[in-house]
Amino acid sequence: MKKLFLSIVGLYIIFLHAFSQSSQAADSATYTSKPLKLDEINLVSSYYSQTGNHSAVTGGIGNERVTDLANGLSLTFVGWDGQGQKHSIVAGLGIDHHTAASQAFVSKSGASKTGGSRVYPSIDWTVENAAKGYSFGAGAYYSGEYNYHSFGFDLNYAKKTNNNGEFSVKANAFLDKVTLIYPSELVPGSTVTDNGGGDVTYTTASGRTVSLSGGGGHERNIPTSPRTTVSGTFSFAQVINKRLQGSISFDVVGQSGYLGLPFHRVYFTSGTDAVESLPSSRFKLPVGLRLNYFLGDNVILRSYYRYYIDDWGIKSQTASLEVPVKITPFFSVAPFYRYYTQTASTYFAPYGKHLETETYYTSNYAYAALNSGYFGFNVRIAPPKGIFYSSFSAMEIRYGHYTQTTDLLSNVVSFEFKFK
Amino acid sequence: MHKKLLKQLIVPLAALCMLASCAHVKAYQKSRLNDSEMSLSSRKVEKNDLNFQSYREGASGANGGKTGGGCGCN
Repeated sequence: MKKLFLSIVGLYIIFLHAFSQSSQAADSATYTSKPLKLDEINLVSSYYSQTGNHSAVTGGIGNERVTDLANGLSLTFVGWDGQGQKHSIVAGLGIDHHTAASQAFVSKSGASKTGGSRVYPSIDWTVENAAKGYSFGAGAYYSGEYNYHSFGFDLNYAKKTNNNGEFSVKANAFLDKVTLIYPSELVPGSTVTDNGGGDVTYTTASGRTVSLSGGGGHERNIPTSPRTTVSGTFSFAQVINKRLQGSISFDVVGQSGYLGLPFHRVYFTSGTDAVESLPSSRFKLPVGLRLNYFLGDNVILRSYYRYYIDDWGIKSQTASLEVPVKITPFFSVAPFYRYYTQTASTYFAPYGKHLETETYYTSNYAYAALNSGYFGFNVRIAPPKGIFYSSFSAMEIRYGHYTQTTDLLSNVVSFEFKFK
Repeated sequence: MHKKLLKQLIVPLAALCMLASCAHVKAYQKSRLNDSEMSLSSRKVEKNDLNFQSYREGASGANGGKTGGGCGCN
C-alpha cells in the first residue's frame, strides 16, 4: 500500500513537471521582440495674442501686448522586447517665437529688443507590461532662450488595480539658470571702469560686461542665478461604471533660488524704483479632480476642478466644463468654459504702493487678486481610415478667448495634426 | 499652514474613497469609456492653453501641465 501511494505521488510530480516544461516552452515562443519603429507623428501649433496694461517690466503699468507662435513636433517609436513588454520612446522638439511690447522697456529709453525665441527638445522612454499591469519610465528635457536655460528630468511609475483603477507617481526636477538682465537704470556697478594698465571695462544697458585689453577684447557672459524646482505628482484614476470615470491628482512642488525675474520693476511710494524682490523658496500644493461622463449616445461631459495653495499667500480655484458633441462617431465639436479665481500673493502691490522698508515686493499682476474666464470650442476629426484615406489620422482645432479682471485679454488658436 | 493643508485635502481624499467603491466593469462593456474624448487627461492640442494660463495666473499644476520651472515663468 505504501509503495502504491509513493508511486502515485511520484507519477503526479512527473506529471506536473512535464506541464511546467511545456508551458515554459510555450511562453518563450509567445513573445518575440520587435525593434523600435515609428508609430506616430504629432504636430501641435498655436498662435497666441494678448493685450493688457499692467506690464511687470514697467512696474505694473504699461503695454502688455504679446504675440507667441509655438510649434511642437513629437515622434513616437514603439517596440517590444522578449518578455512581452512594450517600449515607447517619444522624441520631441518645440520652437516658440514671441514678441512682447513691454520688453522694449528693459532699457529705460524703450530701445531693447522686443522679440525672442525658445527651443526645447525632450525625450521620454516608457516600458509597459500589460500582463502584469504596470509601467515605468524616465524623461529628459532642455529649454533654452536668451535669458533662461533649463534642464529637466523625470521618473514615473504606474500600476493598475484589479478593479479598473490605476495609481501613478512621478518625480520631476528642473535645474534652471536665470540670466540677470536688469533694467538699464538698475544695472549694478558703474558704467565704465578703468581697471588700470590699459584695461577698461564697460557695462551695457542689458548688463553685459565687455572688457578691452591690449587692442583686442573679449566679452564676459552676463551673470546668471540658479533656480531649482522639485515636484512629486500622485494620481489615482478609477472607472466608476460603464459611463463614468474619474481621477484625483496632486502635486507637491518645492522651488528654491532666484524665483523672480530680474527685468521686472517695482515703484515705491517715494517714486524710486527697484528690481522686484521675491523669497528664495516657494512651496505649492495643487489638487485636481476630473470626472468624465458619457451622456446618452453622443454627448460627453468632461469636468475638472482644482484647488491650489502656496506659501506666498496665493489660494485659487479652477473649474472647467467641456462638452464634446459627436456629430458623427468621428467628428465632434466641444464648447468649453473655464473659470479661475485667486487671492493676491502676500508680496504683491500695484504700481507705486510698495514701501521701501519691505523685504519682498512685486507688481507682477500674475500674483494679484483676480478672476478669469476662458471660453471657446474644440473640433476633432478622426475617421477610422484616416483623413482623405491617408496616414493623416486625426486633426483637432481649438480656439479660446481669455479675459481677466486685471483687463488682460487674449485669444489663442491651436492645431494638432496626427499621423499614424 | 500644515493644518490648513490637511483640512483642504479632506474633500479630495473623500472623493478618492468614493472612487474606490465602484461597479465592476468588464472589458466588453467599456466601449464608451474607451472613447478618446473620455480620456482623463488634457488633450495634446490644449498644451499651449495650459502654458499661457500658468504664465498669467499664480497657480499651476495638477493638470498635466507645468508645475514650475522649465521656463522663465512662475
